[in-house]
Amino acid sequence: MSITYLEAIREAQAKALADDPRVFIYGQDVGAFGGAFKATKKLAQDFPGRVLDAPISEDAIIGAGIGAAIEGMRPILEIQYADFSTPGFNQIINQAATLYWRTRVPCPITIRLPSGGISGGGPFHSQCLEGLYAHYPGLIVLTPATVEDAYSMLLEAVALDDPVIFCEHKHLYYHLKAPALPTDAMPIGKARVARAGRDLTIVTYSAMLHEALAAAEEVAGDGAEIEVVDLRSVKPLDTDTVVASVARTGRLLCVGEAFPWGGVTAEVIARVATEGFGLLDAPPQRLNAKDTPIPYHPNLWSMHRPTARNVSAAARQLLRM
Amino acid sequence: MLETVENARRPETAAAPFPAQYLKAFRFMLLARVLDDKIASLGRAGKIHGGVFLGRGQEALSASLGMALQPGDIFAPLIRDGAGRLAFGEPMLDAVRTYLGSVLGPMRGRDGNVHRGRPRNGLLPMISHLGAMISVVNGALMAKRFQNVQGVVGAACLGDGGTSTGAFHEGLNQAAVEHLPLVLVVADNQYAYSTPTSRQFACRDLADKAIGYGVTPHSLDGTDLEGCLKVVFAAVAQARAGGGPQLVVASLLRLCGHGEHDDAQYVDPLLKQSPLGRDCLIVAEERLLREGWADVKSLKALRHTVTQEVEEAVATVQREPAPDPYQENWCALASRHLSETFASPPPDGTA
Repeated sequence: MSITYLEAIREAQAKALADDPRVFIYGQDVGAFGGAFKATKKLAQDFPGRVLDAPISEDAIIGAGIGAAIEGMRPILEIQYADFSTPGFNQIINQAATLYWRTRVPCPITIRLPSGGISGGGPFHSQCLEGLYAHYPGLIVLTPATVEDAYSMLLEAVALDDPVIFCEHKHLYYHLKAPALPTDAMPIGKARVARAGRDLTIVTYSAMLHEALAAAEEVAGDGAEIEVVDLRSVKPLDTDTVVASVARTGRLLCVGEAFPWGGVTAEVIARVATEGFGLLDAPPQRLNAKDTPIPYHPNLWSMHRPTARNVSAAARQLLRM
Repeated sequence: MLETVENARRPETAAAPFPAQYLKAFRFMLLARVLDDKIASLGRAGKIHGGVFLGRGQEALSASLGMALQPGDIFAPLIRDGAGRLAFGEPMLDAVRTYLGSVLGPMRGRDGNVHRGRPRNGLLPMISHLGAMISVVNGALMAKRFQNVQGVVGAACLGDGGTSTGAFHEGLNQAAVEHLPLVLVVADNQYAYSTPTSRQFACRDLADKAIGYGVTPHSLDGTDLEGCLKVVFAAVAQARAGGGPQLVVASLLRLCGHGEHDDAQYVDPLLKQSPLGRDCLIVAEERLLREGWADVKSLKALRHTVTQEVEEAVATVQREPAPDPYQENWCALASRHLSETFASPPPDGTA
């Protein structure tokens, strides 16, 4: 018996629907079809009238979620691909993110964004937009890297009174498995040391966690011990855990799948430079996707984003500094 | 006595005698106009931070909508809906406090002018992005349906320019797909800021768009209060009775600039002289006198009373505190424990 990352997301939604009559799901193809990735498989049958197909109208999907939240509901909004959240961007950043601050009326919506690259995805089905959303005040941005986090953080997201951008990674949907659903969980806002080490810290999140862990395993063969920190949520970002790790290792490599300009890795380095400059024995480094749209062909795509191979190369280079 | 959310939102019934309804609407129109004039005056005196946006020429339409809505309904007014807000029950103090930035207002200085509302009372605070409130009203109506609350109507307001947005299309289509009791009121006031309708759309009449969405169209002369009352009340009643979304398009002319910073010199003089350019307030006042529903003396008394209300509200708010940046919590999240703390240099500049 094992459960995949995708099944965990489905189960979390089933539990949220079962536990809380305020919860409903709204998005394209989420009803009888069960979602483009089957993250809502059979939920429409199990919860009649509460899992609704939406027209191809991301702006209106998010807008309706906001209106429903104002009236006391807890919508889960599935955007078919994170890339397609941009037509709904205005509602997310200008309506959902500002509502509580402007009016003191909370906006408890969870926006699920199937994110990140899979082979053959190309420029418009592969993007990682966590850095974009984290830029805006009033949003919580989650990037679960494990089956356990996908389940528990989605449930916590639905329970929160704020708009949550839930970046679930498509590559992990089927590849990642756990023996069972978790019975307890770390809270949102706390990073996790996924692998202990003393020579170098890799700070990462989402699918890149697994590339980083593989790289750490490879570099361990050289005798170097890499500590890997999984941010879990990029906003809020657990600076304390990151700085504590850098205090142990003196070296920092940040790895993210998003585009390189700005973003989460730049934010982590800015915080460590600001709050832990004296802890660093070498210049902090970062590794991101290339500064081009995401390529379609696997030959190009495999070089576009960080992988265990270039993470380990970057780590070895940093260890020599 | 200032209107409050509670005492102003009494449902209108078809049984109310028409002259009484007309006079009541006229009162909201006049109150909104006098308030607008006062806000404009405060703006010219430099007492208002940011823009001043008036509803001049749109009061008949707006008041009709506010009166047609009932307690428990959802209302997303736009920038020229001061009259509708008052008729729906927004306290006048909310307008004055938001314009003057009083910390006691609903937006507490965090947002200003027409960006105000009380979501818990069904009054949604507009964002500047036109058309964006339509789907929010839809969602509120979907929530009511989930909660088995019957007989609720949601209204959203827009101008002719707003019909060119994607959000308008998505929102109206969504309302139709969900068969929601949405009343979308479009004030076709001939200009979106400076852009004439000839550069905004190419259809014969904006109401023609309704059929494409599968919603019911209504057209009216926005300068005529009687027409506004009859058509808007009918549209709201039809939505409330389960008739699905209603698109109400009112023809009128914006009798002011986009904001008070705009002298609107671009407005075609022929339009001003046309029937569209009539001032709905004057038209309504003439009708009141002509029909004998009011006389010169009573209207003078009404204007005096309304002016007193406005002056009292402004005088009250001018004594109220502005927001204090040192008392502000600077937290955008309801879950305060999840707010970020960003390190900043110590105030004395030492590291």
